[in-house]
Amino acid sequence: MLYERSAFELAELLRNRKCSAVELLDSVKKRAVELQPSLNAYISFNDNAAKAAEEADRRLAQGGDVPVLCGIPVAVKDNISVKGLRTTCASKMLENYVPPYSASAVELLEAAGAVIIGKTNMDEFAMGSASDTGIFGAVKNPVNTSYSAGGSSGGSAAAVAGGAATLALGSDTGGSVRQPASFCGVAGFCPSYGAVSRYGLIAFASSLDRIGTIGKNIRDVQLLHNIINVTDPRDVTNNHNFFSEHSFHSLKGVRIGIPEELFGDMVSDDVKTAVIGAVKLMESEGAVIHDISLPSLSSAVKAYYVISSAEASSNLARYDGVRYGFRAEGCSSPMEMIRKSRTEGFGDEVKRRILLGTFVLSEGCSDSYYKRAALFRQRLCREFDEIFRSCDAVVSPVYPEAGIKLGKGKRLADIYSADICTVPSSLAGLPAVSIPCGTASDGLPIGLQLIGRRYGDNELLSIAYCYEVAGGVYHG
Amino acid sequence: MAELECSIGLEIHVELKTASKIFCSCKNEFGALPNTNVCPICLGLPGTLPVLNSRVCDFAVKMGHALGCRINNVSRMERKNYFYPDLPKAYQISQSEIPICGNGSLDIIVDGEVKRVGIDRIHIEEDAGKLIHDDGFDGTLCDYNRCGVPLIEIVTDPDLHSSREAYVFLETVRSILRYIDISDCKMQEGSIRCDVNVSVHEKGTPLGERCELKNVNSFSGAVRGIEYEIKRQTDIIASGGLVERETRRWDDKKGVSTIMRSKEELQDYRFFPEPDLGAVVISSERVEELRSEIPELPNRKMIRYVKEHGMNCDEAFVIADSPDKAALYDDCISLGRCRPRSVANRILGEVTKFMNDTGRSIADTPLTAQALCELCEAAENGIISSTGAKRVFAELVSSGGNTADIIERLGLAQNSDEEFLSDIADKVITDNEKSVRDYQNGKSNALGYLVGQSMKLSKGKADPAKLRSILENKLKKEN
Repeated sequence: MLYERSAFELAELLRNRKCSAVELLDSVKKRAVELQPSLNAYISFNDNAAKAAEEADRRLAQGGDVPVLCGIPVAVKDNISVKGLRTTCASKMLENYVPPYSASAVELLEAAGAVIIGKTNMDEFAMGSASDTGIFGAVKNPVNTSYSAGGSSGGSAAAVAGGAATLALGSDTGGSVRQPASFCGVAGFCPSYGAVSRYGLIAFASSLDRIGTIGKNIRDVQLLHNIINVTDPRDVTNNHNFFSEHSFHSLKGVRIGIPEELFGDMVSDDVKTAVIGAVKLMESEGAVIHDISLPSLSSAVKAYYVISSAEASSNLARYDGVRYGFRAEGCSSPMEMIRKSRTEGFGDEVKRRILLGTFVLSEGCSDSYYKRAALFRQRLCREFDEIFRSCDAVVSPVYPEAGIKLGKGKRLADIYSADICTVPSSLAGLPAVSIPCGTASDGLPIGLQLIGRRYGDNELLSIAYCYEVAGGVYHG
Repeated sequence: MAELECSIGLEIHVELKTASKIFCSCKNEFGALPNTNVCPICLGLPGTLPVLNSRVCDFAVKMGHALGCRINNVSRMERKNYFYPDLPKAYQISQSEIPICGNGSLDIIVDGEVKRVGIDRIHIEEDAGKLIHDDGFDGTLCDYNRCGVPLIEIVTDPDLHSSREAYVFLETVRSILRYIDISDCKMQEGSIRCDVNVSVHEKGTPLGERCELKNVNSFSGAVRGIEYEIKRQTDIIASGGLVERETRRWDDKKGVSTIMRSKEELQDYRFFPEPDLGAVVISSERVEELRSEIPELPNRKMIRYVKEHGMNCDEAFVIADSPDKAALYDDCISLGRCRPRSVANRILGEVTKFMNDTGRSIADTPLTAQALCELCEAAENGIISSTGAKRVFAELVSSGGNTADIIERLGLAQNSDEEFLSDIADKVITDNEKSVRDYQNGKSNALGYLVGQSMKLSKGKADPAKLRSILENKLKKEN
């Protein structure tokens, strides 16, 4: 079936006219609609997708220099603005918000002829680990629907894993692309901070937010990444001056760092076994394994929650019911309207982060929380710099567990601290990728995380690709 | 009770006249239809990002140079968080810890005395929108055109000690803004607004709690607000009370201030570095380039006019405040042909009247400094009368030309004027009794001497033949 194929294969088929973009969209859309009741991966479908597919076919028919993703169905996380298409962030606050402009990444996709199939489900404003904090309900794991697809880009990962999209855009602030990719058994790439323009990505934590790509394998995520990895004057944190084109062609001599702190007791045996197995495979292919240490790791989760919540409290302050979005009824003054709209429009997890962020920035607290976290972040960056002098990549689990069972109440502190593997590279702005590396005893996929040096996105993806080819779990 | 002193600090917000807004490409213009100069960025729509307009930095640095500030090559934008319906992002992008311009000072001249006022900082920030309450609409209307209009905020040290000093300071700042051409300075359009901090305390003791006055919309309003506040705080102290830290709203119509926020209610703005913008970097070369664009400023001119040319402060202000008049005055002085006083009088008189009456600037007329000097000279030397001088001036501003030619053409020279010559003759006859007697006693060459004296008195401008016959006639009569 077409929906089962990788973007790389489909691009070949489309180019050779073995299938049309319209047929491909039909296949994927049918699959998406069929899976929707069980996975809940989508929030909205794009009514203009068919037209885009027809246009892609016209371009393909003309031949010549057609972009590689022309005609490929791509799902977009519902916190990335698409002009004229409802963009909700899975929040009551933006339930009916239709952006009047498209994100830069979306413009690039459309210009490349990709077909935007729909907007995917997520945690409310991307805050969560199981795509279950939004108003549209939890996203289920295609491998086992009693498990979460992960979060916050759960809809994007589930869609790609289930064949409900060929590729998907997600966003990654503290692991939101990598963790659901790991849970669903697909590849998820979070590029260096500054690679992909954030213009149009609805902000959660501006200094951490990145648009990432999800696909069936490394080649696919790279195809999608290459389309959106473009300098954009609308985002001044977007910076293409320092990127290196270097890449590896085999694992021979590639220096892999193993941080002991990320293989501790909190990591389940299944995950540890799978990741260590992957490291052994790399070693057998000629990679050089180094034991390394990141002393600051113990505070990384705390620093991450302080900084991300501080920025979120400010970024989400604009949702006041005045200009767009949810507005509470029966208010007697503008200030009451703001208060009531926010009280009724946000869910509990979002409110919790806003309260936390407001607290850590408040007078008298900022020094001991926000500023301290910022200093810590600098220290962590220096530790990574040091590590990348002697390593080409750092390997770790993506998440301490293979999955999260839905509906099982967990302590918040435990949920937050389980981000330990993904937040360090987020804080340091480093590229990181999640690739399937094994299966847990209950059948859930397990992901391996590779972290690369800042602006060494190409190199990191080349290492991941070499691992995949060498006998990792390869799809498509 | 010990003598009380008041200390005043000002926070002056100035809208800059850049072509576009501070973080987007919307037009920066006053008076457009509500919500027409807006885009997703200045409306703060989800997902949008700011990009700093570098002209804003240039303008701020120019003001920094004008106020002798330290310029920070690297400064930082921060978010100032608060909720209000006119603020679409619910934070204002401003500067807090590291402003673009640090410490500086401004010399002003108040009642003939030069006074140095410390400048704490100048920072850049964005303006908010406007709320409109319309009688025909039950609710609040928002106009976001002003969102993202670039502002500089100038913060002074508490170095001003009277409403008069504050007024002169504000006038001087406005004058400088016009000189360096970075703001329209239209009070009625809100392009300069200020918050006033006042603290009354015993002389020689540290400052007490200050009160901040908001909603001060004019310089004269600032004077009234400060005086009201001085009296209010003085009364509190006189009755044994303590002044509390407060933010008060000034109502200029009623002439009273009312409390907006007490000490307990002071806002916590939760400043933190704006993660959507990098550091604000301005190179030393650019900073120097901008320095070279700063002309001699009106406060310096005022001080010079008062201290060196003997003008009073009001006269000096009228000339220095207008780049046009000051340029004309300074050009005349550098020609060195006439007395500064006579040039000043012409500028304070005819030139000011002409500009007020016609709304035109002198630069648009054919009048040159050279011609004005000649006019002053002719008047000083009595060649033309004061009425004549006015006619020559009118001719110079309308058609230009050479002063001497105009005097000639209009026949305004006093050398052929009977009355003028007769006055001179009378004076010479009175002053030279001996020569008059000699002449009358038949020494005819004494007449030559008297003619010479008359010529000298007319500074050589009189017609000698005519003068001789007038003298002869007069001496005959006296005989």
